[in-house]
Amino acid sequence: MSAPLLQVENLSVSFNTEDGVVKAVDGVSWSIEPGQSLGIVGESGSGKTVGGLTLLGLTRSRRTTVTGRAMFEGSDLVSMDDESLRAVRGKGIAMIFQDPLSSLHPFYRVGDQIIEAIQVHSPTPKKVARARAAELLGLVGIPDPSARLDSYPHEFSGGMRQRAMIAMALSNEPRLLIADEPTTALDVTVQAQILELLDRLRRELQMALVIITHDLGVVAETAEQVAVMYAGRIVEQAPVNELFSHPMHPYTWGLLRSIPKLTGPRNAALLPIPGRPPSLISRPTGCAFAQRCAYAEDECRVTDPVLAATAQGRQSACLIPHERRMAAWPALAAGGTEADARKVVRGPK
Amino acid sequence: MARYIARRLLWTVVLMFAVSVVTFIIFYVLPSADPAALRAGRHASPQQIEEIRHKYHLDKSLLDQLSFYFKGILLHGDFGISYVNDQPVAKLVFSRLPATISVAVGAAVLWLLSGVAIGIISAVRRHSKLDRATMSLALVGISAPVYWLGLVALYLFADDIGLIPLFGGSGSYQPITEDPLAWLNSMILPWVVLAVAFAAFYSRLLRGTLIEVMGEDYIRTARAKGLPERTVVMRHGVRSAITPIVTAFGLDLGALLGGAVLVEIVFNIPGIGRLAYDAILHSDLFLIQGTVLLAAFFVIGANLVVDVVYAYLDPRVRYE
Repeated sequence: MSAPLLQVENLSVSFNTEDGVVKAVDGVSWSIEPGQSLGIVGESGSGKTVGGLTLLGLTRSRRTTVTGRAMFEGSDLVSMDDESLRAVRGKGIAMIFQDPLSSLHPFYRVGDQIIEAIQVHSPTPKKVARARAAELLGLVGIPDPSARLDSYPHEFSGGMRQRAMIAMALSNEPRLLIADEPTTALDVTVQAQILELLDRLRRELQMALVIITHDLGVVAETAEQVAVMYAGRIVEQAPVNELFSHPMHPYTWGLLRSIPKLTGPRNAALLPIPGRPPSLISRPTGCAFAQRCAYAEDECRVTDPVLAATAQGRQSACLIPHERRMAAWPALAAGGTEADARKVVRGPK
Repeated sequence: MARYIARRLLWTVVLMFAVSVVTFIIFYVLPSADPAALRAGRHASPQQIEEIRHKYHLDKSLLDQLSFYFKGILLHGDFGISYVNDQPVAKLVFSRLPATISVAVGAAVLWLLSGVAIGIISAVRRHSKLDRATMSLALVGISAPVYWLGLVALYLFADDIGLIPLFGGSGSYQPITEDPLAWLNSMILPWVVLAVAFAAFYSRLLRGTLIEVMGEDYIRTARAKGLPERTVVMRHGVRSAITPIVTAFGLDLGALLGGAVLVEIVFNIPGIGRLAYDAILHSDLFLIQGTVLLAAFFVIGANLVVDVVYAYLDPRVRYE
């Protein structure tokens, strides 16, 4: 095991709004090693995007409070001054976003936007930067890259735009790429291509990848480690295979069960998680998921569970003893009802 | 693009024709003094008036008069004669053009620079004291009528009646070709007075647009690239936010080139605006026609220029 490239410790982000203080991220810790990939999964509003943006200081404002640490190559991104952080942006850590059309400037040629990204971190003659930009477009699989440098974003297809965004992110050979919902705005066929590309680039360039998504399918394809976020916190963390074969948190169960199965009957009802995530302004006492949890006990509405190691390399935040939770999943995975699973979870009484 | 421009130019001709026909009709429909009597002077006999009426085709039907007018323009480049000044309209209008261009272009440079600068600073330092102060002042600037502002400026700073005599006052206009320094001295107050309202409007417009643009995804991308904030604002933010300013600027400047009436009157500047004003006072038909055509030309031309410039500013815009 090598030293972590980025170690996030107890990161909290809150926004001061007119309605109150929104705790978007509430004490999150994770780390990633060079060349590794981590998936951060959660519903909208779970704090996954805010967490990513905060690492690059993109949520900094007078109304934002950030606490905790994020150690990247020996320095803390949270306490770093704006100018030093700017040197990290795009060079040490690059980021790509959900909607590649709105993320590219509509008035500048794609090539010029990549050249700008190259030149901002190292003074490069325009010709050299242009050649490098063409090389990058080629690397991300855009045909005839030299000619496409002169295209505007609106002349690209959705998939090509995201490829161009990735090319731009790669321009300074970052050690870490944060991809925030990189395929959400794309066609399903294009999604797979982009994920494949990200995975290939990670291996070829030894670049760590944090992939933020609401889509467990994306995680399954690209991540080695997975963190599941709920209401600003990580509720479960595990290697990807473990997470899919033995999920430990009732929220993760809900996420996995909500994916429609190809093998099941065609008219089978979808299994959504009932209710909505709690308000991030006034967090309920006890477990934030208790209101929506089919297995919640009285204790869950009082005591706030902490993220604790449950098995080798795994963590989850739930008050129910993990042995009983482990026992409940096989029935659920096989299509069993929550009522049956509840009996297993509650144990003999 | 060339075809688009050619088509627009053709439309310009059609529009200007329509404008002059409408002006003609308005002149005939609305009650006004008898142009022949005006031309003849105070002690003219009915016979002299009749002669003049005949000479200028004023005894013909509206249609005939129109056809004489347009024949004159198309065949001889003759825009008719001013009854009051007894001079060709074209010559009169062109002699007044430099003064109006001086007022309009000078003020335009002033309001564009100050409006854009204030707009950017206010947007970047949103909710700061500076922002609040400039935006409140801008509201005053937009609300204050130009003629009132002009009079206040004269009472304060004109070198004849001002409390603090600094610049040339009313009627101090000198053509730039004769005395550039005197020209500059006479232009400063009109420029400032005219620019205030426009600068106020432009700064508020740019502030609003820029604040909106700074929330766009591509601004986040620019920051994520590691660009300095100054570059993010100027190259990525202002570049987008400036397009509505360019539109407004083209149209405003075009309208002013057709005559900055209020400022020209308050500061007694012999420009197109005052020429038109006097022509209307004296029911001087062909002179009215000339000034209206010129104003229409500038407004239509400005619209065309704005549309063409827009296609260069925003690569997504394409004309066919």
